[in-house]
Amino acid sequence: MTTADLLGKLLQVVMGLAVFAAVVGLLIFFIDKAPKKGRDYWQLALFLLPAMLFIAVGLVYPAIRTSLLAFQDSSGDWTLDNFVWTFTQPAAIRTLINTIIWVLLVPTLATAIGLAYAVFIDRSRGEKYYKVILFMPIAISFVGAGVIWGFVYDYNGVGEQIGLLNALVVAAGGEPVQWLQTDPINTFLLIVVMIWIQTGFAMVLLSAAIKGVPTEQIEAAQLDGTNGWQRFMNVTVPGIRGALVVVLTTISIATLKVFDIVRTMTAGNFNTSVIANEMYTQAFRASEVGRGSALALILFVLVLPIVIYNVNVLRKQREIR
Amino acid sequence: MSSVAPADLPVGDNLGSIEAAERSEYGTRTARVKKRLTSRTATVIALIIAVVWTIPTFGLLVSSFRPAELIRTTGWWTIFQNPGFTLDNYRDVLFSTSSSSPQLGAYIVNSIAIALLATLIPLVFASMAAYAFAWIRFKWVNWLFIFVFALQIIPLQMALVPLLQIFSTWLRPMQAWLHEIVPIIPEQNYLPLWLAHSMFGLPLAIFLLHNFISEIPSDVIEAARVDGATHGQIFFRIVLPLATPALASFAIFQFIWVWNDLLVALIFSGGTQDVAPLTQRLAEMVGSRGQDWQRLTAAAFISIVIPLGVFFGLQRYFVRGLLAGSTKG
Repeated sequence: MTTADLLGKLLQVVMGLAVFAAVVGLLIFFIDKAPKKGRDYWQLALFLLPAMLFIAVGLVYPAIRTSLLAFQDSSGDWTLDNFVWTFTQPAAIRTLINTIIWVLLVPTLATAIGLAYAVFIDRSRGEKYYKVILFMPIAISFVGAGVIWGFVYDYNGVGEQIGLLNALVVAAGGEPVQWLQTDPINTFLLIVVMIWIQTGFAMVLLSAAIKGVPTEQIEAAQLDGTNGWQRFMNVTVPGIRGALVVVLTTISIATLKVFDIVRTMTAGNFNTSVIANEMYTQAFRASEVGRGSALALILFVLVLPIVIYNVNVLRKQREIR
Repeated sequence: MSSVAPADLPVGDNLGSIEAAERSEYGTRTARVKKRLTSRTATVIALIIAVVWTIPTFGLLVSSFRPAELIRTTGWWTIFQNPGFTLDNYRDVLFSTSSSSPQLGAYIVNSIAIALLATLIPLVFASMAAYAFAWIRFKWVNWLFIFVFALQIIPLQMALVPLLQIFSTWLRPMQAWLHEIVPIIPEQNYLPLWLAHSMFGLPLAIFLLHNFISEIPSDVIEAARVDGATHGQIFFRIVLPLATPALASFAIFQFIWVWNDLLVALIFSGGTQDVAPLTQRLAEMVGSRGQDWQRLTAAAFISIVIPLGVFFGLQRYFVRGLLAGSTKG
């Protein structure tokens, strides 16, 4: 990077800020100068305008267009070939199966570990530090996590193993394995990375929920002579059901869309690809826009039930107000 | 649940004192034993989880300060048998100008530049929209809001291909024109990334800020209206200052989100050191030189440091933003 480059970058940021400030300033100026008739209406419409414009151009129109592209071939004729390819090609089917494995394992394991941890450290000394340790990976990028775990899974053909996992295997008397190239164990090892990231999120939410369970209930159950496990299953778990649903659905969505981990660690080779990664490969590497769009649409259909559920919850909330 | 007032509790006078003593003795003893047992296994399990969660990152940190030769031949856990400490790895990835080294300096500047405006633009536009959503009373607005909320969950993948087409049709000529006028600004500039991230960040931002802004008592707004304040004045002088915590939450969440993003960067940045962020460079390094651990460990740690710093410094806000924004696409 030369000084000129750096100047160019600074100039871009300064210009970007200036233009943006000018746009916002103009908007506010017009808002305050709105016509007298129907004034409130105009003013508030102008408040909405920039955000709605951005959302229309960046999300709504593209989503509709992608849905149409999924049913077209490269020359724009209507066809179902993209979906036929998705559900008949062995490689594509493997991608779907892998995604299902991810979605089955990551949310359940991350939630289970997070919940156990939250219960174990509840009201213990140094709870705060325990939490930070588990929560820290959330702030780490998926790419960074890929590097961190790639180092753990490293395979050394000659001499001493420098990857922790292979070192443990060798110490136990086994033969070192090329973890990331070995199907099907590699998919599970990638899933470990996602669990490592998501468990902290589950733990923080569930920990807050556990603290919300009334102590009277716990004490009452204690007086009834229940043991710890019964209390946990019959008092704590029903008390945090709402939080459990939120955690499971949230992690499920994140897992469905997992891309960076697979891209960084294996690029989807060795039978590790998932829908989001395959979508990128098809649309932006192989120029198969139709197939990529079909995969994106499948992803959308998979998250749709969760969207509908959340919208219903929100509608109920807004009616109560 | 009926709670019994302490006064109504039967006091244990009617029990024989010996019996009572025995019972309490027995009760506390079993309780104590049980408590210690569960808490002991629980502590051990919690400790194991904590250690397992820390080790990978710790190994990376230790390795990034070891000489290349040692990283290649010995495990980082043998640091005491094979001591070696060096800053060369960091010097190499940050300051070396040789063509083989990753030259991260430019990419760090890119990451900061991208994240700054990609956080600011949605923040301002979303708070304006949230204000409108909170104070317009029309039926269709309610539906529009629910629609915007639903958009946060829609996968990014749905928008990428058409948006790239839109950008290459409309934005590319503008970028070329800007490069003509100001040659110091490269033809590949930050504009597509700023816009893409802003567009994708808006639904969550509107939702989060609306929750907060709609809680502001309407009397405050009404009083200002009666005093003749314009909407612009109310927004800047009353609403924004009151919404600062929510603004901070979203800003931190969006900053870390943009900083850590790889997908949007891969598609809209062009991948040169003019625009590409740190994550993209790191992913490239893994792909091209998968065994260069001394560089990879140092580079990975550099890319992690800023979000981690933000996380530790502003944890409370970050958690709040995360809890609200966990469904972001």
